[in-house]
Amino acid sequence: MDFRDSPEEAEFRARLRAWIAENDPGLPASSTDDAYWARQAEWHTALYDAGFFGLSWPSRFGGHDLPPVFDVILDEELAAAGAPPRPSLGYLVQGITTHASEAIQERFLPGLIGGRERWCQGFSEPDAGSDLAALRTTARRDGDDYVIGGHKIWTSYSDVADWCFLLARTDPDVPKHKGLSAFAVPMRQPGIEQYPLRMINGITKEFGQVVFDGARVPAANMIGEPGEGWRIAMTIVSHEREPSEVGYVSRYVKTVKDLEAKVRADPDAYRSDQRQAVAWAHVEAEMLRLHVRRRLSERLDGVDHGPGGSVDKLLMTWVEQAVGHAALAASGPRAVVDGEDVALKIYLYSRAQSVMGGTSQIQKNIIAQRILGLPAG
Amino acid sequence: MDTRDTPEQAELRRSARQLARELGPHGVADLDDEKRRERLAAAVRDAGWLELRQDAGDGAPLAGGVEAAIIAEALGEAVADVPFAGPALAADLARRAGASPVEGAVVGFATDLLDVAVVSGAATDAPTLAVDAAAHGPVTAWVLVPDGDGFRLGQVVSESAGDGADLTRTIRPIPAGTPVRPAPDASRRLAREDLDAFAALGLAITSADLLGLMRGVLDATVAYARDRRQYGVPIGSFQAVQHLLAEARCLIEGAQSAAAYPAWAVDELAPGEARAAGRVAKAYCARAARTVCETAVQVHGGIGNTWDCIVHVHLRRALLSSQWLGDDGEQLRQLERTRLGVTHGFS
Repeated sequence: MDFRDSPEEAEFRARLRAWIAENDPGLPASSTDDAYWARQAEWHTALYDAGFFGLSWPSRFGGHDLPPVFDVILDEELAAAGAPPRPSLGYLVQGITTHASEAIQERFLPGLIGGRERWCQGFSEPDAGSDLAALRTTARRDGDDYVIGGHKIWTSYSDVADWCFLLARTDPDVPKHKGLSAFAVPMRQPGIEQYPLRMINGITKEFGQVVFDGARVPAANMIGEPGEGWRIAMTIVSHEREPSEVGYVSRYVKTVKDLEAKVRADPDAYRSDQRQAVAWAHVEAEMLRLHVRRRLSERLDGVDHGPGGSVDKLLMTWVEQAVGHAALAASGPRAVVDGEDVALKIYLYSRAQSVMGGTSQIQKNIIAQRILGLPAG
Repeated sequence: MDTRDTPEQAELRRSARQLARELGPHGVADLDDEKRRERLAAAVRDAGWLELRQDAGDGAPLAGGVEAAIIAEALGEAVADVPFAGPALAADLARRAGASPVEGAVVGFATDLLDVAVVSGAATDAPTLAVDAAAHGPVTAWVLVPDGDGFRLGQVVSESAGDGADLTRTIRPIPAGTPVRPAPDASRRLAREDLDAFAALGLAITSADLLGLMRGVLDATVAYARDRRQYGVPIGSFQAVQHLLAEARCLIEGAQSAAAYPAWAVDELAPGEARAAGRVAKAYCARAARTVCETAVQVHGGIGNTWDCIVHVHLRRALLSSQWLGDDGEQLRQLERTRLGVTHGFS
């Protein structure tokens, strides 16, 4: 057990710290306004071009072949500087590297990792939320293409995406989990309409809503085999649930640091319960930082695509919502007097964490049955 | 950076769990089995675990905080009724004071269980608590005697054990007026940094104990939820029960991640940093342990509220491990002081 940086890690950390000091774009700690996502794309390419993103991914696809723990060094330094989090797309990389052909990997991973091609994820539908396998979007073979018809929801950043990692039904005649396939669908074409929803904190970029009506995708863009869609989706969602993969911990640590600075300026202006909420958010965020260190260390034994992601998702959710409560507590009446109060937006945004990527209730079902071995009800 | 166990640590973890499971109590009735308890105490002694924070000859301990935490976790998991944390902490404090080890010694704490008792006269002027000592016979407890801007190590003797909430470890109240003698050969004055490092170890060990007992009580409860049938099906098939147990599992994973850091930090980082890491771990583990133990009692239903059901043994042990060196509320209060600049209410 060794929490200290190796000489290589320390050198990387120092180089990264110096670069961030010069290049921090000064974005808010979380997506509290619509400008965030446009500038986040610039941040992705800047971070990548400087050699600080895609650290543990294969160099032949634009990564750096570094051990997994370099990602937590990135998280920690971004948090320490108050810079934006690393781009959250590791779960798509996991899905593609685990299931896609070499040709698909070569075609798509460099653009995805380097930020030159932006992606959204078309899984959920209005009538297929927790019951994802009930999805009804179809992909019908037509010559060398598939033709897509259906309605996707919660497709974050779909309006700025070049590609959609789409899950669609290719075989309606087999049981629901077996008739699904995955595709890389080009988003800039006729037959795709965008109807974004507004989140409770006012932003519109995260809740994309996309209607596919005759959009086409080459059959060569299928990811994995026909009928492999469910397995691919499970690989992706298990990693989408991991703080080690999505990099949110830097956002939490940064927000807590900001809250602490605010309280420290005049501690007596806060009630003890308000201060305690901030102190507890520090405990939660610090736990998650250490948890990511542990998970990325465990990856030296191999990547696990199993139900452990559900444990990590619940832990991350508790952290995000503790931070949201702390923000609200430290803001006090300002959060209701000023509807644009950042703490209000951070708090409202935190409520989505227990729903996105699978609700907390679904995670608990998975943990109970697949980790604790309790019988299905 | 690699937070996995080294091969040696993994082997220690395996053997400590095996020993604790084999000789620890398997039911409440076993707590009265004096022969088993003696075998357990002898096994812990023979393994050398009580000495691992003693001086290796160069001022450093024989083994690290990580190793101490591995053992504490294993003993907590089995609710093993044997002194470990008490003697291990005493050995650590004696080493820092350059004093010769005394067999069976523990640390005397102030009655709030937060800090080592400070005694300035020839005898104690307030009650002192010796935690996690042997159940019988006289026991030495280290206390602090002010000396310049630091402390010297002193010792008091406890004559008899008391009955605390924890059924697996003792608390001995040592009355006011007990004579204080200097510790044998204490060659160093204890500075603030020494006490920070000592506290960090205490927070790491009590956090590890809480982590272990959460694992033990959840295992017992999951097994019960699989076996116990109502409405013709195992109660563990009900979503309401599953979700309680799933939450408990997550809390344990979080506790593991939080608790490992101070155990490492106590020998590797500056004492103040190690203590700060200990505060975070203890706040998380104490809060988690209460939830996990209460869930265990709840899922066991009426039986869980009977004396003969093992889960209150875990709950009671959690109460002591939480209070000892400060529970979650105390750690948050300290974090308000160190991180938020609160000065009110601190001397």
